[in-house]
Amino acid sequence: MPEVQLRKRIIVVEEVFHEGGPVAASPLRRAAALAVIHNPFAGKYVPEIAGFMEDLNPLGLEMAKALVAALGGDPKIVEGYGKGAIVGQAGELEHGALWHVPGGYAMREILGNAKAIVASTKKVGGPGTRLDVPITHINASYVRSHFDSMEVGIADAPKANEILLALVMTTGPRVHARVGGLKASEIKGQDGLR
Amino acid sequence: MKTKIRKILIFVEETHSEMGKHVNPPTRRAAAAAVIENPFAGNYVEDLTELMEIGEELGQLLTERAVAALGIPGASAESYGKAAAVGENGELEHAAAILHPKLGTPVRKTLGKGAALIPSSKKRGGPGVALDIPLGHKDAAFVRSHFDGMEIRVNDAPRANEILVAIAVTDSGRPLPRVGGLTKAQIKGEDGLR
Repeated sequence: MPEVQLRKRIIVVEEVFHEGGPVAASPLRRAAALAVIHNPFAGKYVPEIAGFMEDLNPLGLEMAKALVAALGGDPKIVEGYGKGAIVGQAGELEHGALWHVPGGYAMREILGNAKAIVASTKKVGGPGTRLDVPITHINASYVRSHFDSMEVGIADAPKANEILLALVMTTGPRVHARVGGLKASEIKGQDGLR
Repeated sequence: MKTKIRKILIFVEETHSEMGKHVNPPTRRAAAAAVIENPFAGNYVEDLTELMEIGEELGQLLTERAVAALGIPGASAESYGKAAAVGENGELEHAAAILHPKLGTPVRKTLGKGAALIPSSKKRGGPGVALDIPLGHKDAAFVRSHFDGMEIRVNDAPRANEILVAIAVTDSGRPLPRVGGLTKAQIKGEDGLR
């Protein structure tokens, strides 16, 4: 499979102190790592694409490590995660699906074998297209306080022959979470769900 | 601190290639942005001193955060810019009060020098509005390789009574500059222009 050609890399860190309510003792932080790569399958239908997932593994690990570093370096601080991809218009949605395995496993590995499935989304779009990356708790998908999302996008990407890859990590619940449901303190941590 | 901050965002962008040609070392730029309460939203206030003082606080905070995100000493920064977006209940003049009278001094203190005008832009808008922060060389405004801009946006800001304030700092110019003009090697650095 072809080598990964990187054009751009972006790190975004967001700190939320409040949203009209009491100021949080420690602000919620969300971080996104974005990478813009060449889509080796753009412009034609290629039946066999799955091998490219393995080529993306090192990039996934690098992005996951960069996120932890952007949040201060301690993986234990990370409580939520998500991933996504925007495929440029000469590519297929299926090319975005190549990111599920390398993106997801990279974060789970860096976060000490996190148990929950990594929430994800993907779409085809042009430069400037925005993506709402869904976020859930890293060990139990049903933790309601950690259902969140982070909007990402890059003014000049993805070009037609590119894919924009995204990983997102957060350090806690929504800043004024108060709609009940399973709490992080109640996680059993066996099945990745509760 | 006088400034009431709801959120802080940090963006770091690296360009590794353009048109398949490697950019070595990658060009890097960072923007730090704060979402703050607009103390004058909703009515006409003649004396904008409070916003000028807020500008002074943000000049220091955001420049320090942007430089830290690049991991460089302030003196190694090459170009800079500033911008603000005022929520719908505020005036364009509120952005001017933050950006122009007092914000520049702490920016220059953090970056060591900064003989050149800090290029700026401002607008009024709603949540998610794109802010294009103009960039110019910090010691000589005519350095053509460093004429640039950086787009940022925050999906939930500015709300009606808020202002989004951003400062961008780079350690480089455009990725593959080749349109001539004054080069950074030719800077005299006396008048802020050449």
